[in-house]
Amino acid sequence: MPVFVEEEGESAFMFKKNSLNKDRYGYYFVAPFFLSFFIFGLGPILYSFYLSFTSWSGFEEPVFVGLANYERLIHDEVFYQSILNTLIIWIFSIIPQLSIALILALVLHEKFIKGSHFFHAIFYFPNIITPVTLGVMFALLFDWQTGSINKILEYIGIVDEPVNWMNDPWMARAIVALAIMFQNFGFNMLVFLAGLQAISKDLYEAAEVDGASRLQIALNITIPLMRPVIIFTLITSVIGGLQIFDAPLMLGKGPDNSTLTMIMNLYETAFVRYDYGYGATIAYGAFVVIALATIITFMVPGVRNKKEV
Amino acid sequence: MKNAAGTLPPYEREWKKTKRKSLFVKTIIWIFLLVAAIICLIPFYSMIITSTHANADITRKLLLLPGDHFLSNYERLIDVVPLWRGVFNSLFITIVSTVLGLYFSALSGYGFSKYRFKGNSFLFAAVLATMMVPGQLGIIGYFRLVNEMGLINTYWPLILPSISDAFALFFFKQVADGAVPKELLDSARIDGCGELKTFHRIALPLMAPAIATLGIFLFIGKWNEFLQPMILIFDTELQTLPVMIASVRSQFNVDYGAQYVGIVISIIPVLIVFAIFSKQIIGNVMSGAIKE
Repeated sequence: MPVFVEEEGESAFMFKKNSLNKDRYGYYFVAPFFLSFFIFGLGPILYSFYLSFTSWSGFEEPVFVGLANYERLIHDEVFYQSILNTLIIWIFSIIPQLSIALILALVLHEKFIKGSHFFHAIFYFPNIITPVTLGVMFALLFDWQTGSINKILEYIGIVDEPVNWMNDPWMARAIVALAIMFQNFGFNMLVFLAGLQAISKDLYEAAEVDGASRLQIALNITIPLMRPVIIFTLITSVIGGLQIFDAPLMLGKGPDNSTLTMIMNLYETAFVRYDYGYGATIAYGAFVVIALATIITFMVPGVRNKKEV
Repeated sequence: MKNAAGTLPPYEREWKKTKRKSLFVKTIIWIFLLVAAIICLIPFYSMIITSTHANADITRKLLLLPGDHFLSNYERLIDVVPLWRGVFNSLFITIVSTVLGLYFSALSGYGFSKYRFKGNSFLFAAVLATMMVPGQLGIIGYFRLVNEMGLINTYWPLILPSISDAFALFFFKQVADGAVPKELLDSARIDGCGELKTFHRIALPLMAPAIATLGIFLFIGKWNEFLQPMILIFDTELQTLPVMIASVRSQFNVDYGAQYVGIVISIIPVLIVFAIFSKQIIGNVMSGAIKE
């Protein structure tokens, strides 16, 4: 060991004689990252792009077919349906998710709440549960004949006979959305709480001195100052919310493919029906949809300006 | 003072009234919070309770109290699906990936922060841009590449990509910018310390708290990974826990007791870890949120 240390010291010393500038060493530091990035990140993405112009069932070599897959994609009703399903599920989950998160954050921010850590922990816990587990959990809870939800509703007397939740397209989408919401509201709540804690206390004190009511304080101070945080949450949830896969897969495709999401469609096409070439085309189609949705979110009036402030 | 006290009673009455009103509001808020917490816990309670009952009871009754069929449900499940093996596999993949991811992200984040090499800002911007790309975009190309390289059904294609995590790189560049002063590095160099040794001996210890923070997130992310192991691993024995849970769902489609036990087994490790580290995890999420 001492020999090694000496050697290293010596080489560094020699290098210093040549130049005081060590900046070219930076390449060595970032090299492993980029090596891995090209092999495991960018490479597969570009290769997928090539595969999207081929027909490949996994058993033989891919055959170049030109734009045939893309032509098929723009006439593929299942693809459009999967976009629509994903957007519907996203809207169904994002609105209650952010509302509940904001309400809970505002409540938990109140000083008189004792043991707030206990509540933080309970509301955040679903966020670290494996999405697959959560999907199976919801499938079991909302099972037609054995699920606890139906048993509870029957016990209280709200329904006379079990509701076949997953048999109705809208109900099925609502349940998928509920699972997504349950997974994420706690995370958003913590983000909002952090935003609330970052607001200067002086502002509140000044408002109280001026005799502002609690409602006025909430509307004129809290909400405007929280806007960048809310918008940040909204943008990240567009990117994440359109890629939902694990939990929805466990809840199934629903009647008439009504809960088939974009990524589920990609998975089924490639890895269940072994139509890999077309699967790659679907992946690029989904990428375009997600990119467009992100751009549209940025274009919503006020989003960009408020973020810069 | 005495004069002021003499004029107090009407104010005091007013004050008492607002106090009573605020007590009422507080009670409502407390009830609201408790109800929300109970709703949040019911699914977990229901999973645990139901896993302890026989299939016949699960089908017929609303179950509120624990039963005594947990072991028989558990045995039927374990006979078919090696869940504990899955826990072990997941732990192995997750720990190795997290350690690799932390080390190389810290290394490259430090590299971007402390060396003004040519193309620094361009490369960094390129990495940031990839954060907007959905992870599944390259999945089919990756599947074929892994196949061609003969790495299918091994852990390499699950572990090695952790070296290039764009978010982790971004995070560590910020950390190195803030926590590692350039003067300290220069004085180490004057003492004859090599570049890599400077990183190991000086920068890495200064970045330690951030390593702990990010480690939790990388760990949770890897533990939950599902699509990649599902398509890249064929042997049931090698499979990760989330994929095994998914297969429990399809293999036991009428054996509800076994499915419930599977859920309970997959939740319990997370619950234990969370019970120990919840303060740190929640603190990390909140401090991370402010940095964004």
